Amino acid sequence: MDVSRVFIHGIGAVSPAGWGVAAMRDALDAGVPVPMVGLDRPCRAVPLSVRRVPAPEARPAFMAHPRLRRTSPITHFAIAAAIEAVGEDAAQIASGAMRLGIVFCAFGGCVGYSRRFYSEVLREPATASPMVFPETVFNAPASHLAAYFATTAVNYTVVGDQGEMVKALALAADWLLADRVDSCLVVASEEADWLTGDALRLLGRGAPLAEGAGAVCLRREPSSVELAAVTGPELFLAGHGRGPAARRMSAALGAVGDPGDLLVDGLAGGKADTAEAAAWEGWSGRRISPRQILGEGLGASSAWQVVVAADAIRRGVARRAVVSVVGSNEQAVGAELRAG
Amino acid sequence: MLFPPPSRPDVPPRVVVTGIGIVTPLGIGGAANAEGFRTGRRAFRPVTLFDVSRQRTRTAAEVDLRSALPPTSLTDRGTGRLERGARMLLIAAHEAWTEAGWAAADGPVAQVLGTTSGGMTLGQDFYRQAVLPPASDRGQARRVVHYQAQRQALDLADAFGFHGPVTVIANACASGANAIGHAAGLVRSGRARRVFAGGYDALSQLVFAGFDSLQALSPTTCRPFAADRDGLALGEGAAMLCLETLASAMHRGAGILGEVVGYGTATDVHHLTQPQPQGDAALTAMRAACAEARVAPEDIGYVNAHGTGTPANDVAEAHAITRWAGARAAALPVSSTKAGIGHLLGAAGAVEVAVCLMALRGQWLPPQTGEGAPDPACGFPLVREAREARFSHALTNSFGFGGANASLVLRRWT
Repeated sequence: MDVSRVFIHGIGAVSPAGWGVAAMRDALDAGVPVPMVGLDRPCRAVPLSVRRVPAPEARPAFMAHPRLRRTSPITHFAIAAAIEAVGEDAAQIASGAMRLGIVFCAFGGCVGYSRRFYSEVLREPATASPMVFPETVFNAPASHLAAYFATTAVNYTVVGDQGEMVKALALAADWLLADRVDSCLVVASEEADWLTGDALRLLGRGAPLAEGAGAVCLRREPSSVELAAVTGPELFLAGHGRGPAARRMSAALGAVGDPGDLLVDGLAGGKADTAEAAAWEGWSGRRISPRQILGEGLGASSAWQVVVAADAIRRGVARRAVVSVVGSNEQAVGAELRAG
Repeated sequence: MLFPPPSRPDVPPRVVVTGIGIVTPLGIGGAANAEGFRTGRRAFRPVTLFDVSRQRTRTAAEVDLRSALPPTSLTDRGTGRLERGARMLLIAAHEAWTEAGWAAADGPVAQVLGTTSGGMTLGQDFYRQAVLPPASDRGQARRVVHYQAQRQALDLADAFGFHGPVTVIANACASGANAIGHAAGLVRSGRARRVFAGGYDALSQLVFAGFDSLQALSPTTCRPFAADRDGLALGEGAAMLCLETLASAMHRGAGILGEVVGYGTATDVHHLTQPQPQGDAALTAMRAACAEARVAPEDIGYVNAHGTGTPANDVAEAHAITRWAGARAAALPVSSTKAGIGHLLGAAGAVEVAVCLMALRGQWLPPQTGEGAPDPACGFPLVREAREARFSHALTNSFGFGGANASLVLRRWT
């Protein structure tokens, strides 16, 4: 086993296209944007248009876990994507034979219960629900993931814009290479709420809000997909805007690529695309833009990008795939995956 | 590149602290806080920041933030946009940065922050305006941007002109400890020569009401580890530390304030808000921190406990400390500084590291003043009065919602 190499062993996704990687792949292959639904918001006659995760055909089996009774969609999506990504390793993890680390990436976070709890507080704080408050905490989904998989290993919730998921791949790789864990799950999950939708509208992202989750499971043992690189995040600091940051990120990954390479970009079809589109204007390979089909799922969208890239390599569609994320308000960051 | 990482040094560098900034309800700055913690002063008062008239508990430890913000590279407009938590963060950061004598031109500075709620007060403002007719977007975009913790991290980078990767950890009440531990790991692994790390959180209505709804807030007095304890008290604040390699500090001729020598984590999967009663995960975190520090309980001269004052937390931590310390427990001084300033949530772990470093430098033990016989589970003596001591290592615990457990070992610099 090479001391410095890290591989993707599993992928999982929940998206407006459905539950599972296959549903997302089918939607992207079809190239037709997933239909939107209206989401009412207070004081406004016109509802927001969002892309929601369809209700599952049957109640997911994981909901029988006692920890998950009162959880909200952000946790349901995270658990479902994680189960798919962890796959058959779950038994080893539960037995203690495999140490599973968890990095949960949050941008919008547990917004549904936060809104609900705060509305209760404003109405009558003396009766605000003690069942709801713990679910508002950023790391609640990460805690539920640990409980579900029965892992006591290191567990971080990291907060940032859409780039956090890509950056978290490097954090997970660090834990693996330092032998803190045997396997590491990186998950981003988001739930749609009018509060997030309104915020997204004000940020001018240009794509309708979406919800869902994406997960990858990393290990040091070889697999068909290798994590080859994660760029240093290029921050949007004063005097250093999105354009230069996006260009530096694309340059670090090889802004042109080869004809057989796949670029999984973050373009959503709006004004906010300008910096990223310019950074990759010379790309010579194939490209796919999951946000244009699935919507702006905040952190989850970037997770879908990583999953799409890994899936393409797994299926032999590409031998090298590049993920590009130019976030809303923090950073431009990218990753390179290769056939293992 | 974040990955592949730079090759790990054959011998991990020692991680030293060259700057500390601290803002707590005891005061602003190291001097005021050292005196407050050394004497065990208490800082609770009626809440003035928001309406608590219909809450079960109506006191907390507020920071007096009336003083002007320190000069930085932020414009007046940028400074004016900072919400309460970010203002405390900036003050603490300025003190640490200045004490360390860091310059942005000396190369990248990685940043690791811990918080539970970022700019929560702005989030609350956003919500209240959004549900109040007539619909108006006035000021809402600014609230969206500055509510988010990554914006507060970027503000710090802009304020001091440095650049480097940012990590914001939101592991509930362990966030600040995780931030310091993670930062030390970045230095030890060769990923960074300098890391600016700490934690911050401001009191907010949502969080106060949340703890009140859980009946976790003490309706009387916060009395950690007392047999008749009845809950925690909330506080607010920030602490920032400048961490760097020993070689870097020596090369600069910087004053060294202490050393971060051990970091351990564990996840408690017992319950979302309650620890496993015997403190198994806490024990694992303490053992891991000591293993990395290559110290035994006999080497630890003081434990700064998480010690929130809730019935469930304190008994679990008491069991964990007693099990971890073994024969050493009977003579191991332990206190919870939350007795004086309350629970600072995402700031707590970083503030408590700062307190340990101040105590190590000054060779005093921070007392937790207040009444109450100790819980029988405490197999260790609580520090009840201000006193001097000779000790070389301190251990600090931080345990949060969701089972996030973190321990750190600090060493006195001599």
